[in-house]
Amino acid sequence: MSLHGVVKRFGDVRAVDGLELRVPAGVCYGLLGPNGAGKSTTMRILTGQALADEGSVVVLGHRLPAESKLARARMGVCPQDSNLDVDLGVRDVLEVFARLYRVGPPERAAAVDRALALAGLEHRSGDRAVTLSGGMQRRLLIARALIHQPEVVLLDEPTVGLDPQIRQELWSLIVGLRDGGATVLMSTHYIEEAERLADRVAIMSAGRVVAEGTPAELILAHAGSEVVDVHGSAAQLAELRSRADADGLPTRHSGPALTYLRADSLDGRLPAGLRRSATLEDVFVRLTGDYVE
Amino acid sequence: MSSVRPGRIEVPALVAVWIREWTVFRYYWRTRTFAAIVEPVITLLAFGFGFGKLVSSIDGIPYIQFVGTGAVATAVLFSAVFSAMFDALYKRRYQRVYDAMLAAPVDVDEIVTGESLFLGTRAGLYGVAPLLVAFMFGLKPEPAMVLVPVIGVVTGIGFAALGMWFAAMVSTYDGFSYVISGVITPLFLVAGTFFPLNRMPQWLQSLAQLNPLYHCVELVRHCAFGLDPAADLVHLGALCAFAVVAWWLAVWRTRARLIL
Repeated sequence: MSLHGVVKRFGDVRAVDGLELRVPAGVCYGLLGPNGAGKSTTMRILTGQALADEGSVVVLGHRLPAESKLARARMGVCPQDSNLDVDLGVRDVLEVFARLYRVGPPERAAAVDRALALAGLEHRSGDRAVTLSGGMQRRLLIARALIHQPEVVLLDEPTVGLDPQIRQELWSLIVGLRDGGATVLMSTHYIEEAERLADRVAIMSAGRVVAEGTPAELILAHAGSEVVDVHGSAAQLAELRSRADADGLPTRHSGPALTYLRADSLDGRLPAGLRRSATLEDVFVRLTGDYVE
Repeated sequence: MSSVRPGRIEVPALVAVWIREWTVFRYYWRTRTFAAIVEPVITLLAFGFGFGKLVSSIDGIPYIQFVGTGAVATAVLFSAVFSAMFDALYKRRYQRVYDAMLAAPVDVDEIVTGESLFLGTRAGLYGVAPLLVAFMFGLKPEPAMVLVPVIGVVTGIGFAALGMWFAAMVSTYDGFSYVISGVITPLFLVAGTFFPLNRMPQWLQSLAQLNPLYHCVELVRHCAFGLDPAADLVHLGALCAFAVVAWWLAVWRTRARLIL
């Protein structure tokens, strides 16, 4: 997948603003960004459900939007908000989408069985989707996206609002997809999710990619190997922050603390605090800002 | 997996959309069939017995048989247009299942076509119910009546597409108030269903020519009481033209809603 110079406007708002993105085949690629960064709009552009005002988009060799139908036949999509036919039975949901994805009659029943097994929903196949728990519905959404064994899987905030246990299950499923050869593009604003699952990560802010690389590369490039958390009152932290800004020291707010980045290269210049390894969250907040609208 | 050809309406996509509608219908066929059949039958009986006491016949046709043939068209209208309106808005705005379908190799024109075909077919079959009731009140079966479901299907496809167009123009169910009061009720009343239009003012008769339901009513009556090939071809042509225009409007507005 590649997006070059992509712009998408909604009225005066530039939801995607000069996006440059290249997703290599066979990796799990994380699209990380705060709400409103343009992740979901990017996902919609990739499925042909939003048309870019500027730029070019190529998916699996197909130029979008002209050849979007060809690309969609080889992609599976799990949306952020459920759009299940909740009144249908679980098996019916999968059978309907097997047809929509052009799975032929000889393979259809096997495809549905495989999807049910993947989602661990064999025992609920006769129940209506509306009776499933939130986690099961999410698994059904993913199973629906995989019914035709796509080469590319788009997961838009796949674990948002789910219990930790369910999230772990879905993480295993996503890793399994990548290990099975599929290219996974996953948007998320859960940093831990991107850090654990993604081979490469693009951090989006205000409609564009502000950093890209493996999680380790991003951490090293933008936060160093170690950081120092300094705790204090709001007034103390504000004073430390303004002094750090004046001295050119990279910092970020971290709840009740101020975090000094690149601590490993700033020994002797930092106040006393708790030293720890830098994380992708340090990079994320540093690059996308301390506060979001 | 079958091959996909962009820019074309493909049969596998239409079949998939049609099957999806059928799958949903299997869950709700009792309630939907009850409403679609019982309502026009009650209307037929109420008008037939009510006005039948005041008006014994129209142009030599017993009034209940006159209404019975006209009620075929209203059954088709209500079944097709209301299902399309409410279902399409629900699927677009609330359930968002159109978003899910469009992530698959299915385009907006295929969704509109597949759903219109399903709803039109269903409406055509529902439209036969008033005719069956009219048989009980002395309507004589005629060979041409086998064409009634076909007429119902053509009319139903047009009204289903019209309903999808209406659904694409509103943001909430409340928005349908304008459509129901301002469009559907006049269509229903000025179609020659309950009273003959040839006794109405000329301007109203001219206006009725633009009403697709009028052409459906005329065709059904001709099937029951005698075909008029030249006029019937015009009526059929008008219904086909209506279906094409309504389909185009539905595709245009639905695409504008779903593809941002």
